[in-house]
Amino acid sequence: MSRTFVGWPAFPEAAAAATHDERLRANVTRATHTIRGKRARLVAERPDWEDLRDSAAALKDDVLAHLDSYLLQVEEQVTAAGGTVHWARDAAEANALVTALVQATGEQEIVKVKSMLTEEIGLDNALEAAGISARETDLAAAIVQLGDDLPSHVVVPALHRNRAEIREIFVREMGRHGRPAPDGLTDDPPQLAEAARLHLREKFLKARVAVSGANFLVAETGTVVVVESEGNGRMCLTLADTLISVVGIEKVVPTWRDLEVFLQLLARNATGERMSPYTTTFSGVTPGDGPQTFHLVLVDNGRTRALADEVGRQALRCIRCGACMNICPVYERTGGHAYGSVYPGPIGAILNPLLKGPDDPQTASLPYASSLCGACNEVCPVRIRFTDVLLELRHQVAEGDAAVKHPAEKAALRAIGAVMEHPAAWNAAVRAAGTAGPLVPKNRLPGPLGGWTDSRSVPEIPKESFRSWWKRTDGGTR
Amino acid sequence: MRTALFVTCLNDTLFPRSGRATVTLLRRLGVQVDFPPAQSCCGQMHWNTGYRAGTARLARHFVDVFGGYDAVVVPSASCGGMPAEAYAVAAESAGDPGLVRAVHEIVPRVHELTTYLTDVLGVEDVGAWFPHRVTYHPTCHSLRAAPLGERPYRLLRAVGGIDLVELPAQEECCGFGGTFSVKNPAVSGAMNADKARHVRATGASVLAAVDNSCLMNIGGRLAKDGAEAGRVVRTMHLVEILARTPEDGPVPGLPLAAEATR
Repeated sequence: MSRTFVGWPAFPEAAAAATHDERLRANVTRATHTIRGKRARLVAERPDWEDLRDSAAALKDDVLAHLDSYLLQVEEQVTAAGGTVHWARDAAEANALVTALVQATGEQEIVKVKSMLTEEIGLDNALEAAGISARETDLAAAIVQLGDDLPSHVVVPALHRNRAEIREIFVREMGRHGRPAPDGLTDDPPQLAEAARLHLREKFLKARVAVSGANFLVAETGTVVVVESEGNGRMCLTLADTLISVVGIEKVVPTWRDLEVFLQLLARNATGERMSPYTTTFSGVTPGDGPQTFHLVLVDNGRTRALADEVGRQALRCIRCGACMNICPVYERTGGHAYGSVYPGPIGAILNPLLKGPDDPQTASLPYASSLCGACNEVCPVRIRFTDVLLELRHQVAEGDAAVKHPAEKAALRAIGAVMEHPAAWNAAVRAAGTAGPLVPKNRLPGPLGGWTDSRSVPEIPKESFRSWWKRTDGGTR
Repeated sequence: MRTALFVTCLNDTLFPRSGRATVTLLRRLGVQVDFPPAQSCCGQMHWNTGYRAGTARLARHFVDVFGGYDAVVVPSASCGGMPAEAYAVAAESAGDPGLVRAVHEIVPRVHELTTYLTDVLGVEDVGAWFPHRVTYHPTCHSLRAAPLGERPYRLLRAVGGIDLVELPAQEECCGFGGTFSVKNPAVSGAMNADKARHVRATGASVLAAVDNSCLMNIGGRLAKDGAEAGRVVRTMHLVEILARTPEDGPVPGLPLAAEATR
């Protein structure tokens, strides 16, 4: 059983621990700043960038508004092309379906193309429980799997690791799962890549079953689209006899012309490349060419819950480019694990509560894992207004029917609000603040404000408020 | 033309000098500003923490207090942005269509201070003199939510004697975020530490911004670090710089621009 995020602490606690991990901070800062810079340079090359973002948002909104008919079109087209479509309401159904499909082939070791959805539903552990070993073939996903680690980024799951740590994982673990790391392996990136290539090549050539996710699903032809950088996806999608693609229902784009918009946005925004090195598309089964059995498992797992949220549904436009993570000042200080989900960063802060409901303390803490600085809004290729959704989710926690409540905070804000609404009470409160100024502790504020003064001096409260000055001097005229 | 100052609750209690500077500056520019004493808070704390009912009540209060004015000037981008960004949503959430209408009616008359200076009064050189090294932090609200663009820089560049230096990584959040700094103090503190480090690297004597909330955050860190390093960088709302004239002379205790050391 590999590690999971089950039972993860709420964000403030997990994040506090992460901010003290110097190596993690250095790794995440270096990686995010590098990708940020590359993205900014390549986005600046496109004079039509803002138009592309408009188109992408509008296309996704159309898909979400007519998701039912597009999904039926996908099913019809995939079936006509010789594939089989399966529908899964939740993670358990999806895992049971995939497990049964693999078991029907009789295979015990299969290969996987990196897929955040299969991480979301915990597919690897479900397969392992059925005696099936699913090996990750994306380099970063393989690093995470070999290290019995958890993904910390949707594009670069091992972003929190530096090359010395990766070398150590390869040397220690590769031999236990197949071809060992070459003798004398250093942390030189080409050497690390070669070690991974040799280790994974064995898996590609042996595997008869592959599991993939999808970046897009083209409704008009029932085509699955996988975008990747390393070619491992192409190997899995072409060499296996049986291909099982596990895809979230929000991944649909209506036509190939629509796909064009997203392919222009994705690589530039995700990795700072003009185009992805590998874009593989496949529609059903072609006799004598590629997998001869194709299954498409369409997964809901909370997506219709998110779709029902009028403000939050825009999160389903997400194409998992990771740009919101790369730009986020909070993610930069905490890394991805603090979010307790395979979807970290700003998208994780909104998507997890939307998919699961903000009904447990960990999920309910995520909408508050933001200073609302809005940097994510500016880089999102599908124009998700993260700050709007965060505020809506906070409202649902604070005043909605979410199971998690903050009674003390609610009472305090209600009391403050009542004073602020009544001029006489507010006047008295401001005067009292000035009088109480000298009594405020100089080094550490009490109660929930204590964390504030861990890294800051306490502001001095002036004896005379503005309103007292205005009254005393008649608006500064005396 | 009746013009009101909405000083904001934070400035009223903790930064009255910013409110006084606003009055001084506006008078110098010929604006007779009124201070309706019934005013209190814009409700941003309630809004950002998810309490829309409380926000709606403070929106109602704001509309009642300022409804009769032709212009409302606010020395804060985030508080000044609340009527436009939050009040209508909060009023709808509270099921109060009358308030929604009142909000739409008042919003065009509420002006963040620098926008009021450049766009309503049409001035850039306000006759200010400030012979010190200054760096400017564009707060997230003034950068993204209600972008002020070049306005604050144009106003600062026109100040006599000023040595305005660029703040590295200026577009990055200082980590305040209102209740974020209370709910997630470790992350907030880590963001703030980097911001303060960049500020100190400029060699500026003064850090300026258009939001005293963010300045309170960064200033708290600068004071703590400065106490150890022996040199504190002061924080000042932009208006406190714009309000000073040659007659006021240099700010006592601050190094002169020419002498400002790295």
